[in-house]
Amino acid sequence: MPSFDPKKITKIHQHLHSHLPSDPALRVKALETILVEKGMVKSENIDKWVEVYADDIGPKRGAHVVARAWADPDFKARLLADGSKAVDEMGFAGPASGHLKAVENTPESHNVVVCTLCSCYPFAILGMAPNWYKTAAYRSRVVREPRAVLAEFGVELSEDTAVHVWDSTAELRYLVIPERPARTEDMSQDELAKLVTRNSMIGTDRDLKIGSA
Amino acid sequence: MQQIDAQITPLPRLDDEPTFNEAWQAQVLAIAQNLVAQGTIAADDWSNALGAALRELQVDAESDTVENYYQAALNALETVLQVNCGVSKQVMDQRKSDWTRAYETTPHGQSVKL
Repeated sequence: MPSFDPKKITKIHQHLHSHLPSDPALRVKALETILVEKGMVKSENIDKWVEVYADDIGPKRGAHVVARAWADPDFKARLLADGSKAVDEMGFAGPASGHLKAVENTPESHNVVVCTLCSCYPFAILGMAPNWYKTAAYRSRVVREPRAVLAEFGVELSEDTAVHVWDSTAELRYLVIPERPARTEDMSQDELAKLVTRNSMIGTDRDLKIGSA
Repeated sequence: MQQIDAQITPLPRLDDEPTFNEAWQAQVLAIAQNLVAQGTIAADDWSNALGAALRELQVDAESDTVENYYQAALNALETVLQVNCGVSKQVMDQRKSDWTRAYETTPHGQSVKL
């Protein structure tokens, strides 16, 4: 006759049905509840941040900044002079984004952005950083061999095109202004913004085309 | 920083993957950025802690993953809270144990509370 320990069975049953979160999920839950108790964060602010950055804020904001720079030379001059201030004009400045510097691609030069230390990124205007941006491979290689990394992304640069690699920090982040594609003179800013890819604002995309975004 | 072999890491292939695979990954960044935004921790301190945590992981080409990135971010957040906010590891571990117990002892269907 089979025997069983009712306490053990109860324990197994509870365990199976407890939906115990993963170890990191429990650690985060612990941190959040400690910080809420201490009055250092509010749960609703955490939830709101996740909602906004997961869903609402994406590279569209940056694309509108670029489109306006293409269409409005005065704005472009202000953007190049003080990126944070110019972006603030459009109501896109966000907290914790640091100072923003805009760098412009030309036929003779290409800009690409990295954060070699961690993953600093202008998320207030570009949304969350793409996964490759956070990898050790990108963070180390784009500094050592930018042309090879860019080639992997499909950006083939001629030898006489200069490459500038910008290393972001907590205090200073970068936005690449890609070159405006040809035959877009009649487009509105909204139409232009649709041509701007996220990667082109990081520098891992270069030749934008009509219908490429 | 450590160097990763070119051949084994096709970066553009990661382009279309979701930014967060699990809710806790988003919550780690949300907590950190909220603390930075309100000035509880300095942006530099967070950046340096994350950089140090990423270095500590010593990833190779195979472990250079998003999961490990967020694991480092969680380690960094715990470090920053210990160093800058006076939250001890003991308190964190105890609270995690409390939650584990709450999940294990709460009958299915009921909300889990401490």
